[in-house]
Amino acid sequence: MGILNKILTAFRGGATEVGQGIVDANSTRIFEQEIRDAEKHLTKAKRDLTEVMAKEMQASREVDRLKRAVAEHEGYVAQALEKGNEALALEVAEKIAELDQELNDQQSANESFSAHATRLKELVRKTERQVTDYQRQLTMVKTTESVQKATATITDSFAGSNSKLLNAKDSLERIKARQQSFDDRLKASETLAEENSDKALHDKLAEAGIGEQKSNANAVLDRIKARKG
Amino acid sequence: MNIHNIANHLNELGDNSHTGFQFDCYPIDGDVEVLQVNVVGREEIPVFVSVTDNQILCISYLWGEDEVNQERRSEMFETMLELNIPMPLSSFAKIDDKYVVYGALSVQSSMEEIEQELSVLSDNCLEVIDELVDYLK
Repeated sequence: MGILNKILTAFRGGATEVGQGIVDANSTRIFEQEIRDAEKHLTKAKRDLTEVMAKEMQASREVDRLKRAVAEHEGYVAQALEKGNEALALEVAEKIAELDQELNDQQSANESFSAHATRLKELVRKTERQVTDYQRQLTMVKTTESVQKATATITDSFAGSNSKLLNAKDSLERIKARQQSFDDRLKASETLAEENSDKALHDKLAEAGIGEQKSNANAVLDRIKARKG
Repeated sequence: MNIHNIANHLNELGDNSHTGFQFDCYPIDGDVEVLQVNVVGREEIPVFVSVTDNQILCISYLWGEDEVNQERRSEMFETMLELNIPMPLSSFAKIDDKYVVYGALSVQSSMEEIEQELSVLSDNCLEVIDELVDYLK
């Protein structure tokens, strides 16, 4: 049974009270111990694997050496026979028989190391997979518990103070209203700044005698004189 | 990484944040330490930050089950599922009888990433409430 199922069962059973864990603290500790044990096994299996692989390589080198030695001695037998030295040929043949025996032994040792290494590799893979899975499950339990405890902390804190979590609609409205009033103020001050800069420019233009001029007595007199003339 | 590092960073940030927001942080004592982060101007919807062994969780409460218009509950669920992927960095969840949006970060995250997470979460929250308000009473 997966851990998700346990978590859901605990939720449905109402295990959401503080102190009422999804999986009780004791079994979490046991679980953590299991993970540590599995990790220890993993380390040992990896060390064993390294050792076996080294032996495998050693045996394989020995096999090569013996094969070369057999071939070499077979050459000697042929040469002895060519020279008609049957007695020497027989002596070398005996040596070859010894080498053959040794070669057989080394080959079977090599095969056994290979098989052992394969088994250990498989074991390492399985254990690694299991440790990862245990850790994932433990993370789920711990996260769930931590979120529940955090929720309890938050709830307690709000219950203990005068502030409270408002409902969603009211919260949104208040935030929006605040944003709106900020925007309004910003806009108002922008408009004001704009007007001020317009007015300032206008004043400068008037001072320089550009643009619309205030009518004054001299101007009126000039205008009438011009019409008469 | 713990909530106090985060609080110190955010409080010292002042006007120099990368997100244009100002944050006020209040650690809450309890079984699990929680940091209440208020985004200035949005104090009604705080973000709650807690740090576990392997992740930083940022959670904002949307509304309670009691606020949901029960007749449109499954419609609301469907909308939430549809919005879950498009909504950047945050996801919907339910804790006890409260609906939340949350974001989870690695404990190796930088302060800038946490800042970004908080501001996006806050934005998402407002947008979600605005969008889903029709499903509420």
